[in-house]
Amino acid sequence: MTADLALVWPELILTIGGLITLMLGAFAGDRQVGLYQLAALLTLAAAAVAVAALFGTEASVFSGTLAVDGFGGFAKLLIYAASFVCIAIAPRYFGEAMRAEYSALIVFAALGMGIMASSRDLMTLYVGLELNSLASYVLASFMRNDDRSSEAGLKYFVLGALASGILLFGISLLYGFSGTTDFAGVATAMAGGVNIGLLFGIVFVVAGLAFKISAVPFHMWTPDVYEGAPTPVTTFFASAPKVAAMTLLTRVLIDAMGPAGPALAAWQQIIIFLSLASIILGAVGAIGQKNIKRLLAYSSINNVGFMLIGLAAGTQQGVEAVLTYLLVYVVTTIGAFLFVMQLRDADGRMVESIPAYAGLSKRQPGLAAAMAVFLFSLAAIPPLFGFWPKYLVFEAAVNAGLVPLAVAGVVVSVIGAFYYIAIIKTMYFDEEPETVIRNGGSRVEGAVIGVSALWLSVIGYLFIPMLAAAAASAASVLF
Amino acid sequence: MSGLPILSLMLAIPAIAAIACLFVEAKPARMIALGATLVDFALGIMLWANFDIGGAQWQFTERADLFGRFQWALGVDGVAMMLIVLSTFLMPLCILASWESIKQRVGLYMAMFLVMEVIMIGVFAAQDLLLFYIFFEGVLIPMYLIIGIWGGQNRIYAAFKFFLYTLLGSVLMLVAMIAMIREAGTTEIPVLLNYNFPPEMQTWLWLAFFASMAVKMPMWPVHTWLPDAHVQAPTAGSMILAGVLLKMGSYGFLRFMMPMFPDASAQFMWLVFALSMVAVVYTSLVALVQSDMKKLIAYSSVAHMAIVTAGLYAFNQQGIEGALIIMLSHGVVSAALFFCVGVIYDRLHTREISRYGGLAVNMPAYALFFMLFTMASIGLPGTSGFVGEFLSLAGIYEASSWAAFVCTTGIILGAAYMLYLYRRVVFGELTKDDVKAMPDLNPREWAIFVPLAAVALWMGVYPESFLAPMRGDVTTVVARLAPAKPAGDAHVTAGKPKAAAPAHGDAKGEAHHAGGVQ
Repeated sequence: MTADLALVWPELILTIGGLITLMLGAFAGDRQVGLYQLAALLTLAAAAVAVAALFGTEASVFSGTLAVDGFGGFAKLLIYAASFVCIAIAPRYFGEAMRAEYSALIVFAALGMGIMASSRDLMTLYVGLELNSLASYVLASFMRNDDRSSEAGLKYFVLGALASGILLFGISLLYGFSGTTDFAGVATAMAGGVNIGLLFGIVFVVAGLAFKISAVPFHMWTPDVYEGAPTPVTTFFASAPKVAAMTLLTRVLIDAMGPAGPALAAWQQIIIFLSLASIILGAVGAIGQKNIKRLLAYSSINNVGFMLIGLAAGTQQGVEAVLTYLLVYVVTTIGAFLFVMQLRDADGRMVESIPAYAGLSKRQPGLAAAMAVFLFSLAAIPPLFGFWPKYLVFEAAVNAGLVPLAVAGVVVSVIGAFYYIAIIKTMYFDEEPETVIRNGGSRVEGAVIGVSALWLSVIGYLFIPMLAAAAASAASVLF
Repeated sequence: MSGLPILSLMLAIPAIAAIACLFVEAKPARMIALGATLVDFALGIMLWANFDIGGAQWQFTERADLFGRFQWALGVDGVAMMLIVLSTFLMPLCILASWESIKQRVGLYMAMFLVMEVIMIGVFAAQDLLLFYIFFEGVLIPMYLIIGIWGGQNRIYAAFKFFLYTLLGSVLMLVAMIAMIREAGTTEIPVLLNYNFPPEMQTWLWLAFFASMAVKMPMWPVHTWLPDAHVQAPTAGSMILAGVLLKMGSYGFLRFMMPMFPDASAQFMWLVFALSMVAVVYTSLVALVQSDMKKLIAYSSVAHMAIVTAGLYAFNQQGIEGALIIMLSHGVVSAALFFCVGVIYDRLHTREISRYGGLAVNMPAYALFFMLFTMASIGLPGTSGFVGEFLSLAGIYEASSWAAFVCTTGIILGAAYMLYLYRRVVFGELTKDDVKAMPDLNPREWAIFVPLAAVALWMGVYPESFLAPMRGDVTTVVARLAPAKPAGDAHVTAGKPKAAAPAHGDAKGEAHHAGGVQ
């Protein structure tokens, strides 16, 4: 037990750090923004260092319920980094409304996500997922006086609870028909043939997790929650939980159901359906959107669909592609949402309507250029780096014999390109409107936007060998 | 062949200049762009001068394992080298052409053109399949912005159509490339060129590549984006679009589809011939009734490119050499014709043919140049157009006399629409007051016309300078295609030359030396 504790340093640091942040908020008062923000940031940084220190260790702790491995490590680093940024950008957005709970909740959510990414047991899976979800429900309605925010929180909670119920039902079926909640044990049961009970278990578990990654047809909450939640929270929802849920789904599918054998055929067709449905609906649904946050919500649905193509391959190459995709996607998404946070109208309110971006490239050339990079990158137009992960998932699909899926994916990606370039059209081609938009961002935010835009431009290609090595060592754990 | 990485340098100079252009005012941006493109042109000439004709197939090769899964691998054969020279030759002229007509956001405009130059050189120099794809697709971004920001009235529709149309074609090619890489286990183009893909796989790969290249070329019936893009793009945008970007499609045919999938190419010969025949006649007729000058020239481009595809798919030395000369010739001549339109558009701000008339009276120098390029477009002997069309039609005749018959009508129709255009714009009565007030060419416009005219004539009088570096590559492709080549219907047999035919060393004799050998 004590030996196990030495291997879960990141989780311990987050737990203690989160509690300290909460205490600071309670005793130092909500005005001490810098203080508790610093505590939360330091906590996340320390946890990231602990994860890095544990690289290379492969162990299974707490009676095999939690894995300490490269796969979880890769996901955790990404989750902590995204959470770090989401805390750092918050105070300027919330202003007076900033409270200590925000930082603490994100730290707790990060803890939950870390557990999700390294769970090796259906119970730890559920505990991690709920820890993250509960924190997220509160975060979505963080602007208590704002109707949209409260609505987003409520909607997220109701639908999230439903999804948790579905997931639990699936877990109980898997447990009932395999006699264990351990991933390895479930895999052993699956290897002996998938009976109707296990099949239903797979369907319900995947459905519950599909809600978390907002894959179609479990995506309905996404546009509303993304639009209603405060922008830093939306940034958070679009980045870190996606990583956690996607890595969790990968681990469940590969570890608990097996990359080969009878279970593969069962889950592969579900994932192929989810993936195509998400790509198509994410692309088509975004076309009519006027609100940038809603549009980015559809874009995230679309991107999840592409990640699922890699997962559908069910090969190590596919998992590597998913991990690379997650990394590039998180950078792009954070950049795009930071862009949204920069723009304010004359009264200091956020500008979220796309038509208001008309002529932006003249007034804010740097910002518009960065957003253009993000959008072209999301549309996967080379030479921008967003092309590379898409190439990897298609490659994985083709190599796994799923050529029709890859062809369908690339063809629909053209529909997706339409709305991305439509935003660029607004920023670059349209005439300036009367309303004045000013840049209300800080230097730190500008720097984050600049660095991510630079990385996503051609420079990212130089990192391919590094990324490939990291993704390969992480993915090899599962095979 | 020194150790200088000349191709990387040619990519780096415009790339750095593009970044610099973003941060400066209009005037220095123009100077930087002109300087960078001129330096690149000088490097292009150096490339041509140092190209060892008859030497290794791939020259100036560079390789760096920068990206892990694929390489920064550059190198040129004769065909790629000539197309790079064409690109670098047109770029400074494009910059000069937009010297005064572009007044808004000059820095961004120049940066986009320089990025375009990087991409064009990259497409022709890439020796790695993925690197090629990255450049090939990358051209969408600058062209989208150029049409959308500095285009005409209906620019947004045209920009979207251009972007989505070409993207849809290209993505299918990406899947084909993944399948090829998987099958052959390498991304290196020189290796893939000699890899024998299974015949049934070739069919699918060919179709996927065809989807991309046919749109880029463009071939009938997927040409509809081109008239819109041309009409709406600024003058220099049209020049580079017609001059170089269309050649990416035919380059793709020659570089990838023919040598990599010879069986499928032979299998689909009828398709290419059929589409080309329709295109030649149909687009020429459409060109005949246009009232917009740019649209007319855009349709004529489709007709010329159709002769290129037919010439390539003749599978013989003359056909392919002719197609290559048309590519180069059309690159120069169509760019010049679009600039002809640009010159009078800058003065009167309309492309309506009926708004002009009688320009020969007040713009004699302009009328002279316009005449030269009109003739070159028709294919008058002595101009570049003649050499290419004659050679390729001779080649097509060997493969299919019907295709040759139909494609040749394109020359007649071409003469009809071009002369009709010329008559309406330049001849006739000078009645309109605003047209009367138009001044003749200024020194800047002279500086653009003179090199274009010189090259069009040079290529028409002594095409050997252009053909010599490419001949070896054409022979390689023809040899690669030979096993799959279907028998033509012309049954050309060797003539019975009189003893010791006089050795004529002139250019066309050289070019035809393989004629009648079949």
